Amino acid sequence: MSDSDIVQDFLVESYENLDRLDRELVGLEKNPHDRDALASVFRTIHTIKGTCGFLGFNKLEKVAHVGENLLTRLRDGQLTLNPQLTTALLGMVDAVRQMLGSIEVSGGEGERDDTKLIATLTRLQSPPEAPVESTAKSAVAPTPETTSEETVSPLSIGEILTQRAGVTPTEILLAVNQQKAGDPRRMGEILVEQGAARSADVVDALRIQQSSRTQVTASDSTVRVDVGLLDKVMNLVGELVLARNQVLQFVGRTKDTGLLAAAQRLNLITTELQEGVMKTRMQPIGNIWNQFPRTVRDVALSCGKEVEIEMQGKDTELDKTIIEAIKDPLTHLVRNSVDHGIELPRDRVQAGKNRVGRLILRAFHEGGKVNIEITDDGAGLNVERIRKKAVERAVITPEQATRMIEREVFNLIFLPGFSTAEKVTNVSGRGVGMDVVKTNVEKIGGTVDIQSTLGQGTTIRVKIPLTLAIIPALVVTCGGDRYAIPQVSLLELVRIEAAKVAKSIELVHGAPVYRLRGRLLPLVYLDRELKFAADASLAMANDGAVNIVVLQADERQFGLVVDQINDTEEIVVKPLRKQLKSVKTFAGSSIMGDGKVALILDVLGLAQRASVVTETRERVLSEKTTEAAADAAEKQTFLLFAGAGDSRMAIPLSTLARLEEFPVTQVEMSGSQWVTQYRGQILPLIRLNVVMEERRHKLRALQAPPAPDSGPIQVLVLNHEGRSFGLVVEQILDIVEDRADVKSAATRQSVLCSVVIGDRVTELLDIPGILRSADVSTAPPALAMKSAQVGN
Amino acid sequence: MAQTSLQTSQFCTFYLDKLLFGVELKGVQEVIRSLDMTKVPLAPPVVSGLINLRGQIVTAVDLRRRLELAPRPPGMLAMNVVVRSDDGAVSLLVDEIGDVVEVEEDSFELPPETLRGSVRTMIRGVHKLNDRLMHVLDIEKACQMTDAVETATTGR
Repeated sequence: MSDSDIVQDFLVESYENLDRLDRELVGLEKNPHDRDALASVFRTIHTIKGTCGFLGFNKLEKVAHVGENLLTRLRDGQLTLNPQLTTALLGMVDAVRQMLGSIEVSGGEGERDDTKLIATLTRLQSPPEAPVESTAKSAVAPTPETTSEETVSPLSIGEILTQRAGVTPTEILLAVNQQKAGDPRRMGEILVEQGAARSADVVDALRIQQSSRTQVTASDSTVRVDVGLLDKVMNLVGELVLARNQVLQFVGRTKDTGLLAAAQRLNLITTELQEGVMKTRMQPIGNIWNQFPRTVRDVALSCGKEVEIEMQGKDTELDKTIIEAIKDPLTHLVRNSVDHGIELPRDRVQAGKNRVGRLILRAFHEGGKVNIEITDDGAGLNVERIRKKAVERAVITPEQATRMIEREVFNLIFLPGFSTAEKVTNVSGRGVGMDVVKTNVEKIGGTVDIQSTLGQGTTIRVKIPLTLAIIPALVVTCGGDRYAIPQVSLLELVRIEAAKVAKSIELVHGAPVYRLRGRLLPLVYLDRELKFAADASLAMANDGAVNIVVLQADERQFGLVVDQINDTEEIVVKPLRKQLKSVKTFAGSSIMGDGKVALILDVLGLAQRASVVTETRERVLSEKTTEAAADAAEKQTFLLFAGAGDSRMAIPLSTLARLEEFPVTQVEMSGSQWVTQYRGQILPLIRLNVVMEERRHKLRALQAPPAPDSGPIQVLVLNHEGRSFGLVVEQILDIVEDRADVKSAATRQSVLCSVVIGDRVTELLDIPGILRSADVSTAPPALAMKSAQVGN
Repeated sequence: MAQTSLQTSQFCTFYLDKLLFGVELKGVQEVIRSLDMTKVPLAPPVVSGLINLRGQIVTAVDLRRRLELAPRPPGMLAMNVVVRSDDGAVSLLVDEIGDVVEVEEDSFELPPETLRGSVRTMIRGVHKLNDRLMHVLDIEKACQMTDAVETATTGR
């Protein structure tokens, strides 16, 4: 092994050790009497110091040495760890890290002046007051089960005691002889009894012995591998997967059973190999979280806050490339939460909270994705302030601001240059960052979402894919070419038989929709989006069956209509070159089993292109309601429908008795009033478009009977003050749950007010007002419909 | 020969609409016959598609379109000149492959001022061969799509 190899090993090992030091020191600060942790910190520094001396890095050795001295005092109980000491020790860790960095780059320790640091560390060694009474003196006697361990240990307890506690070899020898002579006691006990060693030293020695043993086993079962090599292996496995797919396709046409069996085996082995290699690249998210306690401590200290960090799901594994890609965004989010989210201790106490803020990191797998949540119990986001700021900065118009729902407002903070911090600190608040976080997360196919309650805290949820290299995908054909759709965004497949196509696919003012379990699913035709066929009516005229791939993009669902659904396949993602980067519809390309290239659809990009994501926000309401179960109490359920001239209107669902559809032939005239026979009664029908019509048109419109050739009419059967009547509307849209707390005054009669429901402005009908203006006082008395329920 | 003081360089030549073009030989990875190509919908028109070059996915650029020449007559199979650009391999679609020629530095001349438009940035100049002129193509510029995308989206 050459010198440079030794240095390289030293560097890798030391970096790991330093990361551990960061963690342990922060842990120690909270629990200064944890002797295990102290001993471990001490050992780490000691190892670094020893190796430095051996390799001739004198400066490094000097810094490590003073650090070690200080730690000796701590270990011996002469000093107790306090924030000041921790800061100094962390400073030492940083200095060591910087020097290691410079060794890595240039081979030397660099021109550093550490005299100040060394002076601080030395000064702190002499305790400001009388030495604290050592807690170690009262240490317990050695535990009985240590006997057997002494025999298998690489170092005997005697050796350790000789090295570290100044026990002379003669004393050890005496004790050993005594054991041989039949003394049943352990070595440690004999030594303590003879006064050769303090019981604390024996406890330490035993601990060292034990940890050295576990270290041996750990290094035996693991190997360090260069990441470059792993990447290469990964690429090769990718190629193998492609070759396997190709072989399987050829084998599919043969009848040779031997070849079939061999191909099957190849298939299985490749899959296992692929899984194995993927695993080598998987790392627990804890690897990047481990630095957060230090980050949180530093940020909290610098802005005078007290923050406790808690981590759940540290073992959640992610692909190495993804871990690297989310490291910076996560660090930023954590810093942000401490700096902006959590309040100053005095404000917290005033608000009746614990003065120590809590930051919870949580990671878990869900639906093939990894969710990472960063939750703080701080002040939360102030919706009004963000709105105001956004308007001030002309990011949105005041009009837009009033229309936006909370979630949209929160998302504003992801816009470039947007910061809600009252004052700019050196940590955050400069308005760079959140947009970068979002871009970086989206770059690897992830999403960021914010939930916040004023005064209670904020949760930022980052969703990212497990891996990027090989993904399961659905292969579809469109316009004669194949396209791969990543399975993560796939919800289900729907096939409409040729005979049913014309009936099943309906139009909302020209926009095709399909009723999927009672909900309208907007349809996007892949061939049209990709501009294959100029014939826009192709799908309608198509006499074949229609294949719909139901996809999820950014919490919105839509149906993608393709010519043919082929199969699911594991594909190797290859990025598109810069010539094609501008085409947002594709996420990459891949080589199929037959050696041809297929493009991978970017579902989000496609949805944006087809305006699914921006236009039909109300589709997501079902998700939203489950998400916000907590404030469900404040929410109301509305029936959404289209009134005259495509306007969006709503009534509270509680006022509705039933939804009905009548053919026009059932509508009769009673004077100028439309009526129908309904459940043995006469139900007056009020036409919404007539009620809303301007006065001068009203009379004429009022008297017109329904056109005999028009389709069935949609009727909302309502109960008001014990009377029933039917409201004829253009189209029933949806039933949604919303808080509808954004209100503005009505702009026309028969409308109570305008509210925002499902992200869009909707007019809430004034039912008594409509009854008055329609003048149905002559209408028959109430229908007995107490038992009636909403249905269709 | 006595021209030791003169620098010579080798060019891989090809034809486009009867014009002779050359790219520096050291920038050429390989020359192959036409391959199966996958169309890329919505892509800039100069991108003909993607080809599978032994497991590597390479973008094919139609040089005729890129250089604003007449479109390739139907039925004419294009050849692939695979070049190394800053962003990996790119395949240039050409009509026909010519010889490898060795030219001296002093036969080079900048394009005339009368050559204008976006084509000018892609043609570094010409080498005066005995019987004709060889256009020297700038590989990086020819593979750069940003300006091509813009012209494509603004409607050409």
